[in-house]
Amino acid sequence: MIDFIDVHKSYVVDGRQVPALNGVSLRIEAGEVFGIIGHSGAGKSTLVRLINLLERPGRGSVLVDGRDMAALSSAELRAQRQQIGMIFQHFNLLSSKTVADNVAFPLRLAGRMTSREIDERVALLLDRVGLADQAGKYPAQLSGGQKQRVGIARALATRPKILLCDEATSALDPQTTQSVLQLLADIQREFRLTIVVITHEMDVVRRIADRVAVLDAGKVVEMGPVADVFLHPRHVTTQRFVQEAEHVDDADQYDAFSHVRGTLVRLTFRGEQTFDPILGEVARQTGVNFSILSGRIDRIKDTPYGQLIIALNDGAPREALSRFVDAGLTVEILRE
Amino acid sequence: MTELFANVDWADIWLATLDTLMMLGGSLLFTLLLGLPLGVLLFLTGKRQLLEQSAVYNVLSFIVNVLRSVPFVILLIVMMPVTKFITGTSLGVAGAIPPLVVGATPFFARLTETALREVDRGIIEATQAMGATTQQIIFGALLPEARPGILAGATVTAITLVSYAAMSGVIGGGGLGDLAIRYGYQRFETDVMIVTVVLLLILVQILQMIGDRMVVHFSRK
Repeated sequence: MIDFIDVHKSYVVDGRQVPALNGVSLRIEAGEVFGIIGHSGAGKSTLVRLINLLERPGRGSVLVDGRDMAALSSAELRAQRQQIGMIFQHFNLLSSKTVADNVAFPLRLAGRMTSREIDERVALLLDRVGLADQAGKYPAQLSGGQKQRVGIARALATRPKILLCDEATSALDPQTTQSVLQLLADIQREFRLTIVVITHEMDVVRRIADRVAVLDAGKVVEMGPVADVFLHPRHVTTQRFVQEAEHVDDADQYDAFSHVRGTLVRLTFRGEQTFDPILGEVARQTGVNFSILSGRIDRIKDTPYGQLIIALNDGAPREALSRFVDAGLTVEILRE
Repeated sequence: MTELFANVDWADIWLATLDTLMMLGGSLLFTLLLGLPLGVLLFLTGKRQLLEQSAVYNVLSFIVNVLRSVPFVILLIVMMPVTKFITGTSLGVAGAIPPLVVGATPFFARLTETALREVDRGIIEATQAMGATTQQIIFGALLPEARPGILAGATVTAITLVSYAAMSGVIGGGGLGDLAIRYGYQRFETDVMIVTVVLLLILVQILQMIGDRMVVHFSRK
């Protein structure tokens, strides 16, 4: 469990105080995947570094399992850091060490295991991330995806409870991003990890996060379960992130529908109802005709969802809308 | 052969070569031993580094700059009393090593500092995040990562020491440089000059080759 309590942080640049975080309060529950999304400069890198005290809060406090990180002695801090794994955008592997030695590095630093135990643990970890045959190679000989897998194995070496991911897939191509996110999701379930994901891509949040906080200019502007935030973004920054992820521009879309007749409605399906024939049933029962203007059907983490913009004509549109609501859909009337 | 190098006494050349190698070996050893920690200290106390201490950094940096700006010939002469205090003589191989070390250490320390600065900050950050102590960061991450750069710096330093060692002939330091000055320059025995210069050239070539190979061997990028 990680608590941010009214955290402020600013940097001194050219003699001036430049704020990075402006009173951030949030709680990350144990065992959840928490996404923090924001544009570059929104303060998300600072935020994640407060958790393992790579950055110190200026004001406010950060509690990990109820302990104020900034109040720990340096020995306690080092012990606590071993409980918090971290992976990075540019992997930050030691180029002078082999893959196996990179994974062994945090174990050697901790100094609690014999070299034989370390070898066994490293072999296990490399096997888990699918790099058992690359143990003797140097990072420069690996692809980006492989490097991040080494980073993940290294971060897990000391059996941490928390894993921090700082733009972990931003330097990877889409396909590799997929497989790294899949690996993260798998190990999260396997080890009951708390994962904090920092990203500027809504797609990353959608794929693996349970909850998300949207950071803008050092403030949390929106926070909640990913499905809520993703399907019904309220803050303009969130809306932009969602549109980027969907490659749509809402404004353009409404303009394009201005000549369409009838009541314009946005329907949101969630979970198994996504696959139910609700539209057809309601149309038959109420005599409305509908045309689908735009739509997307996908998954948020493991939950299927659908979001359609439809135009209703003829029959009893009012009645149809209330039936949609009864069926559990979220109904937003865009134009009467 | 005898005609061509009429003035060359090959036994003298051999002894002078040995002297040069001893001066080089001795001074290189102490330069590395002193320069490496000094370079690490310069790096660590520098701006936005692990042990940022601007007062310490400024003092060290100033001393390094002063020593580096003194022409080596002057340093040789100024150092004579100190040298005599340390080694008991200001002449010969033993007399040459202290000024060589004092002249080359600041140079190598700067090269070490630069090599350490080349290490990706992210690697230091990652090592910190693992819960490493500062000592572990230095010996486990920084120095291994900077090793190729430090070795390249050591190579440049060794070669600089060859030319410094030759200069120490001025204070009777012995070695090939001494031979070149006394015979080649003062007695106009050009052939001695040529032989010594060729030998120094070969020495530099060998040092550079060894250095380059070590750098390649330890580079994993």
